[in-house]
Amino acid sequence: MTVETAMPYDEAIERFEPVLGLETHVELGTESKMFCGCKTTFGAPPNSQVCPTCLALPGSLPVANAKAIESTIRIGLALNCSIAEWCRFARKNYFYPDMPKNYQISQYDEPLCFDGYLDLEIDGETVRIEIERVHLEEDTGKSTHMGGSAGRIHGADYSIVDYNRAGIPLVEIVTKPIPGTGKLAPEVAKAYVTELREIMRTLGVSDVRMEEGSLRCDVNVSLMPRGGSEWGTRTETKNVNSLRSVERAVRGEIERQAAILAAGGRIVQETRHFHEDTGTTTSGRSKEEAQDYRYFPEPDLVPIAPDPAWVEELKATLPELPSVKRKRLQAEWGLSDLDMQAMHNADAIDLVEATVTAGAPPADARKWWMGELARRANESGRALADLPITPRQVARVTELVASGELNDKLAREVLEGVLAGEGTPDEVVDKRGLKIVSDDGELAAMIDEVLAKNADAADKVRSGKIAAVGALVGGVMKASRGKADAARARQLILEKLGVSE
Amino acid sequence: MSAITRDEVAHLARLSRLALTDEELDHYATQLGDIIESVAKVAEVAAEDVPPSSHALPLTNVFRPDEVRQSLTPEQALSGAPAVEDDRFRVPRILGEEE
Amino acid sequence: MSLIRKTAAELGAMIAAREVSATEVAEAHLDRMAEVEPQVQAFLHVDRETTLEQAAAVDARLRAGEQLGPLAGVPVAHKDLFTTRDMPTTAASKMLEGWRPPYDATVTRRLREAGLVILGKTNMDEFAMGSSTENSAYHVTRNPWDLTRVPGGSSGGSSASVAAYEAPLATGTDTGGSIRQPAAVTGIVGVKPTYGGSSRYGVIAFASSLDTPGPFARNVLDAALLHEAFSGHDPMDSTSIDAPVPSVVEAARNGDVAGMRIGVIKEFSAGEGAQPGVLARFNETVQLLESLGAKVVEVSCPSFETALPAYYLIAPSECSSNLARFDAMRYGLRVGDDGTRSAEEVMALTRAAGFGPEVKRRIMLGTYALSSGYYDAYYGQAQKVRTVIAREFEAAFHQVDVLVSPTTPTTAFPIGERVDDPMAMYLADLYTVPANMTGNAAISVPCGLADEDGMPVGLQIMAPVLGDDRCYRVGAAVERALESRWGGSLLAKAPAL
Repeated sequence: MTVETAMPYDEAIERFEPVLGLETHVELGTESKMFCGCKTTFGAPPNSQVCPTCLALPGSLPVANAKAIESTIRIGLALNCSIAEWCRFARKNYFYPDMPKNYQISQYDEPLCFDGYLDLEIDGETVRIEIERVHLEEDTGKSTHMGGSAGRIHGADYSIVDYNRAGIPLVEIVTKPIPGTGKLAPEVAKAYVTELREIMRTLGVSDVRMEEGSLRCDVNVSLMPRGGSEWGTRTETKNVNSLRSVERAVRGEIERQAAILAAGGRIVQETRHFHEDTGTTTSGRSKEEAQDYRYFPEPDLVPIAPDPAWVEELKATLPELPSVKRKRLQAEWGLSDLDMQAMHNADAIDLVEATVTAGAPPADARKWWMGELARRANESGRALADLPITPRQVARVTELVASGELNDKLAREVLEGVLAGEGTPDEVVDKRGLKIVSDDGELAAMIDEVLAKNADAADKVRSGKIAAVGALVGGVMKASRGKADAARARQLILEKLGVSE
Repeated sequence: MSAITRDEVAHLARLSRLALTDEELDHYATQLGDIIESVAKVAEVAAEDVPPSSHALPLTNVFRPDEVRQSLTPEQALSGAPAVEDDRFRVPRILGEEE
Repeated sequence: MSLIRKTAAELGAMIAAREVSATEVAEAHLDRMAEVEPQVQAFLHVDRETTLEQAAAVDARLRAGEQLGPLAGVPVAHKDLFTTRDMPTTAASKMLEGWRPPYDATVTRRLREAGLVILGKTNMDEFAMGSSTENSAYHVTRNPWDLTRVPGGSSGGSSASVAAYEAPLATGTDTGGSIRQPAAVTGIVGVKPTYGGSSRYGVIAFASSLDTPGPFARNVLDAALLHEAFSGHDPMDSTSIDAPVPSVVEAARNGDVAGMRIGVIKEFSAGEGAQPGVLARFNETVQLLESLGAKVVEVSCPSFETALPAYYLIAPSECSSNLARFDAMRYGLRVGDDGTRSAEEVMALTRAAGFGPEVKRRIMLGTYALSSGYYDAYYGQAQKVRTVIAREFEAAFHQVDVLVSPTTPTTAFPIGERVDDPMAMYLADLYTVPANMTGNAAISVPCGLADEDGMPVGLQIMAPVLGDDRCYRVGAAVERALESRWGGSLLAKAPAL
């Protein structure tokens, strides 16, 4: 393998204008596969979710899943696409062992949805991504490469194939070329995939788990010299399977191409593979020896002609889309663009919203999710949503704080207990005995002890230096291990010392 | 001059995954050439404005509900396989790209 | 009269009345097979035990008082293109030698449900590509009328088995004439139902937009009974028509053509390339129909002659894709896997070894027709021809109720005559392919023997989509009139085996 140099990013952007293109594959979350009744459960035993159709046994035939068609149209509508009045599936012919029929049922020149757009908010500006097409196809099986080095295809002795994934409905969303993003290109790419993911979630059409491969992204990048007018040769980077990788892949490819072009070289039109470990890409198949896929209309399936009235109904019943919802919540919660953006980046909006719905004041809900919980998530390397705590539980904690039964310190302990699996907030409070002590009798005993140990401070307060009461209250808090009601303790100390404010 | 060259036949054989001998390539170049010449007649019939028909009948919108049906057992699925390992189909090493 | 000479309807009635058991009927046919198979070689797979088990099961169902259809207990020969759980399914290809499908085709399942007893799997041209059954990877099947001649194809094992009294009924598939042409050249009845009228699920695909399962029988009523037994909507086949099966049995019993308008296709009766004896029988039969009260008119369908070249683009294109799945990875033959070769090399070696010459020829022809740069001129243009043919059919059916032509330009040709001449072989489909292009129903019924060679001639009757009953009605009329003229069936004139 040749070692490739990279030009520092800022310099690359100074000299070249990147043009992006993104192809995203989303596995739909249907119960059954695209063209047969096999289950789609992830992680099932090998070849336990296959039938004559998805194994391509001789004589088998496909029948299209109505739900998958509906989901694709809903995705198209959410992306402001036109919906085809009449379109067909097509066969894409090429031999590959993980593709049982040696053709993929896909769509060619008649996609179900086309000519849409998606608006992104980046640094307070709206960036419009034009959508070329949204079409429906089927996934392939999964090969495991044996022998050779570490499961890599190159150097493997043989492979073993599991067809459980073969035939799962796959929606492909293709953008038009995206010029003019300048140095924001990596961020735009990431924001686009993030927004798509949220739309899919909102529509409820896919669980969009990138780590399970239910959302996969191919990134096209080309560079054009600043001031130029002709777009450069593009490369297509496959295997980009996390949001962070989308950003890194774009950035890395810009740096790589810039170095080649600056050295007078030329970009080869090719497929490149992204490596999560190094963040770099390596060359795959050259696209110059063009594949001849011999697309033709799929004769085993009949054309799709969605009833316009049905499409209208689907459009009318789309849920509130994430960008609209964010604007509404920002207004309702009275947050700045910056705060909202931070919540968006942290994937916290839905959680905060659910917490508010469960009864918490927005500010409190936000405080806990973006503060303590975000810190905990970060420490354990998990997404916020994957923390073992529900918005309802967070809402209960805010309620306990508001009613004075907990203070912030105790609340943090309660959260810790819930995260540690000790039960609901109330159970944690009980088990750990975390309720605030506001009982005057109990407090009085502690105060007496503290005053006795801190005679100097007590004298200062008596002599009018009321500020010194802080140390005494601190003593009480310490003695109560944080559980004392600090305000009440202060009041009682002042009364005891005969001082009034 | 045949309608199709030997090189073209070799290309078709590659696309079709058929390992043909040189003798077969020559033989098919002649035969396919004859057939292609003969079927080229189709160009004379249909005018520009005739829409193509991909299907025998004009059916549309045939779908199945999103319902799970019984799959084969792994034993049934693998019953015809030339080679099996670990409940998976064992196949020779795969050239080409990583997925 | 021995059981093997009886019609399927008669056998069904006798079995239902418990005059004879399904087992006895199956045994009689298995015995006949043992006697004549060495000469005819209609079957690829026969398993006496499995067949007798099926028959015994039907007898048990009948004894238990179960109401089965009119063909319960009647034996049927099943084309080896339909998947069967209890018998190998090979499509007459080395590629699938010994393959045992884990599922039944819809047609197979319906045969079983109706209580038919499957005698075995019949020989055919490999993957249904051919018109003589000589393209079978296993052996040649002979025409019972003359053992030196072909039984037609691709369903030649089915036609030969019925003509040789090995089975009263057989299944076939018709992509360009693969039921009608073998029926015609063996002197029996063969039907290509309306496309989508019978399910393709479990039929190993040749050309998806053309393949149509259909029945063979020695008379029109038997064909209708079998047609009714396995046809009808199938949710497993997207191209299946969700409509009731046309009332073919009633039409076969009716057989009245008085007042029907019958169109003679001018282009297919002009005699170019056709055997004089074939034309003579055809013309006589048209006159016969007129004498029965039908109104005969000549209809011109100028593009029908282009159906053949269009067919030889569409069918290979679809087959090049349909047969891609035979790649040595999941089932079937694997050649050259020595641990060093790549999957790609093993695929290519296996496909070269496992497919016969005609299959390879069509795969490459189809690959060519679909490849970039040629698609529009070949596949695309052929699809336009398809539209033009559909328009001509539509116009013709405004004028007439059915269209008629000879089924084939010639009678059965000698074995070996056309094997090395694909173009000559393809001509056997000239009159039959238009109906496949547009999904129309069509039947072939015997209409006499050609003077030159004494071999059977078939009359083709074509009807609109879902007008299958018209084919049966006209077929039954012709059969009735001719049989009364002949004093029995045409097959009775065949030399004894």
